[in-house]
Amino acid sequence: MRHLLSTKTISRDEAIVLLDIAEDMADVAGREVKKLPTLRGKTVVNLFFEDSTRTRISFEAAAKRLSADVINFSAKGSSVSKGESLKDTAQTLAAMGADGVVIRHHASGAPLVLAESGWIDAGIINAGDGTHEHPTQALLDAFTIRRRLHGAASRGRDLDGVTVTIVGDVLHSRVARSNLWLLTTLGAQVGFVAPPTLLPADTSAWPATFGFDLDAAIDAGPDVIMMLRIQAERMSASFFPNPREYARGWGLDDERFARLRADSIVMHPGPMNRGLEISSAAADSARSTVLEQVANGVSVRMAALYLLLSGDREDS
Amino acid sequence: MARTVLTQADITRALTRISHEILESNRGPDNLVILGIPTRGVVLARRIFETIQRIEPSATDVRVGSLDVTLYRDDLSRTRTRTPAPTQVPGSIDGKTVVLVDDVLYSGRTIRAALDALGDHGRPSIVRLAVLVDRGHRELPIRADFVGKNLPSSTEERINLHLTETDGDEFVSIEGGNGA
Repeated sequence: MRHLLSTKTISRDEAIVLLDIAEDMADVAGREVKKLPTLRGKTVVNLFFEDSTRTRISFEAAAKRLSADVINFSAKGSSVSKGESLKDTAQTLAAMGADGVVIRHHASGAPLVLAESGWIDAGIINAGDGTHEHPTQALLDAFTIRRRLHGAASRGRDLDGVTVTIVGDVLHSRVARSNLWLLTTLGAQVGFVAPPTLLPADTSAWPATFGFDLDAAIDAGPDVIMMLRIQAERMSASFFPNPREYARGWGLDDERFARLRADSIVMHPGPMNRGLEISSAAADSARSTVLEQVANGVSVRMAALYLLLSGDREDS
Repeated sequence: MARTVLTQADITRALTRISHEILESNRGPDNLVILGIPTRGVVLARRIFETIQRIEPSATDVRVGSLDVTLYRDDLSRTRTRTPAPTQVPGSIDGKTVVLVDDVLYSGRTIRAALDALGDHGRPSIVRLAVLVDRGHRELPIRADFVGKNLPSSTEERINLHLTETDGDEFVSIEGGNGA
């Protein structure tokens, strides 16, 4: 694997290999020495043009557990705020000898530009670009679902026949897009539930079902229900009248949570708006995987870094 | 052309002898942890474990597992990306006698990686090495304690080692080189 930019281009076999390696990486967390020498001497740059503490520290922990050196570069207070272009930033990082670049950018497609421009010869990981994709989030979600369903026998398994309902701001969500492609590739059936204003205008190319009624979706008893965060920073236009109305129509409140199938898994990519898209009872229950998702995120990112940064670069 | 040097019966006899040697050098089955290196080392480790249990039916403390070394190799940035295999270390190895088991001992680099990996799981009191075939050409100061068959070979020759569990048939053969 040369870069990890999108889940749309990942094959089923590639995805399963990555998830299996993540299982090996997860085992490391249970050992006496929680560190591997695998990427010793490699440099990973976290290039964050958008604030994201969770994703950045998850990548940082993953790179450090593999013994890579980590450089954190955030746009705020850097040369970027003085007007430096992506090209100059990339060439600066190349001159410093970065082997891998983890990039988060507010513009969809920025990681692809970085990967194809020739400005820098490093493995590029997309850590979220605009409203496009967030592949490692989808991979950690798939990993979490697989572990919940198959436990210790997860290795080599796909998600054939698993039903996943994704609820909330699908329009702006890169998590929703990355999950759609990956989960579908792994054999799961994805359904979206959202207010009509928060669904994309044209969904004809998406292999999923669409609905507006969360109650009906819950009564259908999905294996997994994934609540998306309402992103206050993207709510400039009036997509819904007010937060209370959104919570009433599309929030996983206590009453809906009680009606959910008893073995359904409740997921949320974090950070949560408690009381808005998810109630505390649902978020803190045993069926919630919110904290597992965080822990699994480190394992999955270790696997991605390993696949990108080990091996002969010419060969991959 | 491939020349068979060990048949299935030879392999079984070699593993039985190695099992006896392990018990002899350890003065019994106490504190033994047998760890196979994937893929075929795991199969051999399991067979040695079963043989030891047959020889010493009272030995309940012997444990068996696997130790993958992929993430500890020193050639990760020189070859194609390798996919790791699962590691399963049964319980603590602190103070135990660990016997590493591999199929073919060659450069010694796999064993170097295994020793590093082992150190991250705990601190055994003794580490020993058992291999089915030692073909020479060491690049590091490493030697095996228990050897099924010494097979002096040239670097141009290939050693094929098949086991029933992984390959369907079972033999050790040598091929290539100058008409061997």
